[in-house]
Amino acid sequence: MTRRVLGVAAVVLAVLIFPRVAGTYPVKLLQEILIWGMFAMSLDFLMGYAGMVSFGHSAFFGVGGYVAALALVAWGPGVAAGLLLPAAAAALAALVIGFFSIRVSGVYFIMLTLAFSQMFYAVTFQVGWLGAEDGIVGVPRPRLAGVDLNGLTAFHVYVAAFALATVLVLWRIVRSPFGHVLRGIHDNEARMQAVGYAVDRYKLLAFVIAGTVAGVAGALYAQFVGSITPEAFLWRTSGEALLMVIIGGTGTLGGGLLGAAAFILLQSLVSSYTERWMLLLGLTFIVFVLFAPGGIVGALRGRIGLRA
Amino acid sequence: MLLSDLLAQALNGLSYGVLLFLLSVGLTLIFGMLDVVNLAHGSFYMLGAYAGLAMLAVGGSFWLALLAAPVVVGLIGAVMERAVLRPLYRRPPLDQVLLTFGFIYVFEDVVKWIWGGTIRSIPPPDVFAGSVRLFGGAFPSYRIFVIVFGLAMAGLLWLLVERTRLGAIIRAGVYDAEMTAGMGINIDRVFTAVFAFGAALGGLSGVIAGPIQSAQPPMGAAILVPALIVVVVGGLGSLKGSLVGSLLIGQAEVWGKVWLPSVSMAMIYLVMAAVVLLRPQGLFGRPLK
Amino acid sequence: MTALLEVDRLTRYFGALGAVNGVTLAVERRERRAIIGPNGAGKTTLFNLITGHLAPSGGRVVFDGHPITGLPPHRVARHGLARSFQRTNLFSRLTVLENLRLAAAADGRGSYRLFGSVDRLTAPLARAREVADAVGLSERLDETVARLSYGEQRQLEVGVALATRPQLLLLDEPTAGMSPEETRRMTRLLAALGRDVTMLIIEHDMDVVFSLADRITVLHYGEVLVEGPPDAVRADARVYEVYLGTGDGA
Repeated sequence: MTRRVLGVAAVVLAVLIFPRVAGTYPVKLLQEILIWGMFAMSLDFLMGYAGMVSFGHSAFFGVGGYVAALALVAWGPGVAAGLLLPAAAAALAALVIGFFSIRVSGVYFIMLTLAFSQMFYAVTFQVGWLGAEDGIVGVPRPRLAGVDLNGLTAFHVYVAAFALATVLVLWRIVRSPFGHVLRGIHDNEARMQAVGYAVDRYKLLAFVIAGTVAGVAGALYAQFVGSITPEAFLWRTSGEALLMVIIGGTGTLGGGLLGAAAFILLQSLVSSYTERWMLLLGLTFIVFVLFAPGGIVGALRGRIGLRA
Repeated sequence: MLLSDLLAQALNGLSYGVLLFLLSVGLTLIFGMLDVVNLAHGSFYMLGAYAGLAMLAVGGSFWLALLAAPVVVGLIGAVMERAVLRPLYRRPPLDQVLLTFGFIYVFEDVVKWIWGGTIRSIPPPDVFAGSVRLFGGAFPSYRIFVIVFGLAMAGLLWLLVERTRLGAIIRAGVYDAEMTAGMGINIDRVFTAVFAFGAALGGLSGVIAGPIQSAQPPMGAAILVPALIVVVVGGLGSLKGSLVGSLLIGQAEVWGKVWLPSVSMAMIYLVMAAVVLLRPQGLFGRPLK
Repeated sequence: MTALLEVDRLTRYFGALGAVNGVTLAVERRERRAIIGPNGAGKTTLFNLITGHLAPSGGRVVFDGHPITGLPPHRVARHGLARSFQRTNLFSRLTVLENLRLAAAADGRGSYRLFGSVDRLTAPLARAREVADAVGLSERLDETVARLSYGEQRQLEVGVALATRPQLLLLDEPTAGMSPEETRRMTRLLAALGRDVTMLIIEHDMDVVFSLADRITVLHYGEVLVEGPPDAVRADARVYEVYLGTGDGA
């Protein structure tokens, strides 16, 4: 147990001092990994722990991103605009979408969540004051306790702190009584109903938690890039997060980060040697689904023998 | 608007609807029978267009491409089903859906590898390269051909499904695959055949779309969601639903852009959501258990 | 005093088939009632109607004075009914202890807690251990379901229902597929459950029925054929006919 804690601490430390040892491009890559990792972890929470496979998770990423962008541009670099409001908006969106989507399951849940996220895409694409196809640009980074986040290191610590917080919070929730209920629902939803659990309510709460985290990730993404476009809502964005979860390992929480790292590194590193990173990604994904459904973490556990 | 403008819009919607129909038939039959939402189905559309491009490049005629492209895409579909999907049938259907998602990336990149990412135009056959004068306006005769061809295909498909033994097997398989297998029919082969057939139709749609849309790698992913909408609205597993749904969506997209440009797309997704919530079996699908 | 469970002309059609056809019965507190009948008599359908897994076509169900007709399963369970299933229906990836603890925690208290440890919810844990004792699984608490024998899984199946502290326990063929030894163990286990838990048992094994039941209801083609104490039912010619037909086995 202490070995794991030390291991995690070492990784956290390495992430934090990374700007001191590496150039701008790798540091930005790491920040992107951390932000997408948050998004992927929130989806893993939904899929791997609550058992709800959603193809519309980008809805909350996009809501967080757009609300952050609009608020920061309109009201300046405040924490409320940059974080609190986007989180609240994403939570609300998740509450509404979740309320309807939880009525169906399986393939229909996939279709419905997809439809909702595409609705957001369609609206942001076609509506003028939301920036239409070009989205919103010139998004400033918030000022946190007087600190200007435009500096590379400052923003890095900021993002890393959020990623770490996400891991900790989700880890605690998974181990909590609520998390155990979710596990029971994932295992045998019918029996959970039969013994008296109001399953829909738990699922909705899980959906809102996942959506809120995704929203924060989206807000951070808008601050990272300095802009946001309708593509944040596109089903391909949901799909990329899905890829990350599966490659990293569904139901492992840390897998989301690993999957994000694999995806983004593949995209950036491999593309400097060959243009075929998409093909490799697709093949990797297929191989994982076929032969290693436990993802990277599952494979690691098998070989190194780490326990849950 | 002039009558000719109205007609132009309606015909555009009709030709788009017909393309959607050919694509979504495969998607709906595959779901009806195998319980798999083949997210790579849009890729068959793209592969068809590029197969057509390849035929033309080796000096073949458009008509040859029309015949050969579906066969090629059908073969690809058959291989995909046998090699990769079939081992997963014992796993929850969601795993198969996820698997097909990976193929989107594979197919798109392979095509990009061979043909590059730029838009490639596909010329229509000479006999339809011109336009036709109707009600005071000029309409591309190719689009008229697409509509006629598509509706003819719809008729042929109807005959196949409703009037032949193979069609009966397909209908039975869509209704209850286990029972059909229990009746001594080699259901595995039927699965492969249906998957390949659906892929071939998707490829046909793609090659026909070529002269209208040109070929580019993301075209498969772009048409996937409209096809999903058609299948949901029409009813998963229903041929009639595919036809009605695709003609509806085709008109809805075209007229929506004209009358309600800022919300037309969102409204269509709203309809999809409403159908899933209120009538999940769609217009003509089998009522869910 | 009103009966604990009152079923009044309960009916369910599947198409034209009346799987359950106007069944009326009343189960008293502390009673042990067996429901028997040939296959297809509608016994499991009756259970499904009572527990809310199926909506009735007609009739009512009243539990402890509360109407529960057509309520969804989790609401029915909250009223104090628990049900075990004919085909083992457990949390297959979890341990015996967790199976029981989840069921014991179903009253929702503390289950929405996002932080904190499950070990702090002592009441469900204690109840889980108590039930494990009662169903003979206290040596197997840390095993996952997959590693249990079939008989042990059936014991856990009963345990999960019992862990919710029900007033009424509906058991659907608890000894299904069991060896004679396992059956005897299950019968002893059920007999040892105090009378605070009223029982309604669907069973095919007549030895189990006669050793446990105070009263027996015989269903045939979805209707109540005969109802009464074991001896009366045993002696009833109609029951004999329905089970044994005209000479060939049922």
